Amino acid sequence: MNLLKILDNLSNEELLNSKSSRRGSLDQFKNVGKNIALASIPFGLAATSSKAKAATSSMASAAFQASPTDVLNFALTLEYLERNFYRMGLDTTGLIPDADKDVFAQISKHEDAHVAFLVAALGDNAIAEPTFDFTGKGLMLDTFENYQTFLALSQGFEDTGVRAYKGQAGALANDNDLLTYALQIHSIEARHASQVRRMRGEKGWITRNNNTLPDAFSAIYGGEQNTVQGGVELAGLFGDFGGVDAVTEAFDEPLTMETVNAIATNFIVTE
Amino acid sequence: MKKPLIKVQTSENLHSNKSNSRRHFLKMGGLAVAGSSLLLVGCSNDDDDPMTNPPAGDVFDLGSGDVGILNYAYALEQLEAAFYTNVLNGSYWMGLSAGKEKTILEDLYNHEVIHREFFKTALGAATSADKVLPGLEFDFTGVDFTSRNSVLATAKVLEDTGVAAYNGAGKLISNTDYLLIAGKIVSVEARHASAIADLINPGSTDFAGDSVLVDLGGSGVAYDKATAPSDIITAVGATGFIKTKFTANNLPTS
Repeated sequence: MNLLKILDNLSNEELLNSKSSRRGSLDQFKNVGKNIALASIPFGLAATSSKAKAATSSMASAAFQASPTDVLNFALTLEYLERNFYRMGLDTTGLIPDADKDVFAQISKHEDAHVAFLVAALGDNAIAEPTFDFTGKGLMLDTFENYQTFLALSQGFEDTGVRAYKGQAGALANDNDLLTYALQIHSIEARHASQVRRMRGEKGWITRNNNTLPDAFSAIYGGEQNTVQGGVELAGLFGDFGGVDAVTEAFDEPLTMETVNAIATNFIVTE
Repeated sequence: MKKPLIKVQTSENLHSNKSNSRRHFLKMGGLAVAGSSLLLVGCSNDDDDPMTNPPAGDVFDLGSGDVGILNYAYALEQLEAAFYTNVLNGSYWMGLSAGKEKTILEDLYNHEVIHREFFKTALGAATSADKVLPGLEFDFTGVDFTSRNSVLATAKVLEDTGVAAYNGAGKLISNTDYLLIAGKIVSVEARHASAIADLINPGSTDFAGDSVLVDLGGSGVAYDKATAPSDIITAVGATGFIKTKFTANNLPTS
């Protein structure tokens, strides 16, 4: 794949306009109101600004941009994963200590809502609910027998969710409504992540790529040690303000769809 | 000593362990500040920094397009950084034993200073100096920095507001580089908000509580707010924390 050619294409006015065929596939969202349960999702696509967001060099990471439908299905896969994980955890007698039940009930409630929202938004284009194996298949994790394992996976899923949504902001940039909804979910995952991390004795934010998850999940934190933001190297500038640790904590990093899918695949049973 | 690439206002350095600088800050504290220039007292003489204060009588406008949004974010980060500076100079925080609560607030201070300085730098690159929001002047007399309740309650409001502000600004940003930056910051603000809420009411649902969240499409109260800049600015204005007047008459609205 010639990255430079793709970047050239992205800045080509004609090709930007031809992406409107992708927008055409969003017409289905106009009918989402017909799903009775979620009649009020205001997908006002006709009113969405047709202003195309400026292509920039950093779209290299989004050089292959998923369609909005693909993005929503990507999100739905993760939300199904989280929804099932938390429901199973809450249903497992003796797993979650009483003192922690309110927290996980709240998180679970949110994931239920996110699934419902995305399913309604996608309508006929929604993927089928995957089958999950939270032992990590070959990893044979004792997820629902060992609360510490459950907590570790919870943290992993939430931190992954944050990075996954963040990685798709560019792909949704041309749809104000979808972008906003994604942002509104993204920050909830960050609230979840912060809480679960702190319950595990970690900070609510990610320091470099440090983590105490099993090695198999190191990809969840890969890249979090980045200190260059907006082309500016911030390392060395904030010695009196927490140094490199704080610089890495102050910004969360995106993950590509590919990396996230590879993480999720550990838990998805393919027929 | 090599001059740092980013010039940080000396008032922030007063947090450092140098006890003489803390005394200097306490001397400044409580003074009615007429203009933002007082914040520069004690700063190293910075010849390359042009005076960015508008002439007396002129009110700074945040501007239009992406610069307007960057200035908007910069204003909010200035507010948060200034708040946490006060926290770390207050007897509640200073009286805390070393531990998680103390570290959380210090981390928040560090992060907001970093955010603020990042936006200042980004704006300096994005536009001319006269279009970069000047250092704002703050008035935190409404906060009791000797009181845990007052500090944490205020922090919670500021962090929750920050999340809503960034979420509401996302669609208004044109350049996807800036959108990604905003995305990288908003999740950190949400982590902050979660931690503060949990400090106030540990083990409860407040880390992502119904009272601060909204429903989307009837699916459930499971989403952070996305609030328009005008509404955020009105809400922040009502706190009285920002003394320096500025306007936001030209921000993008879609």
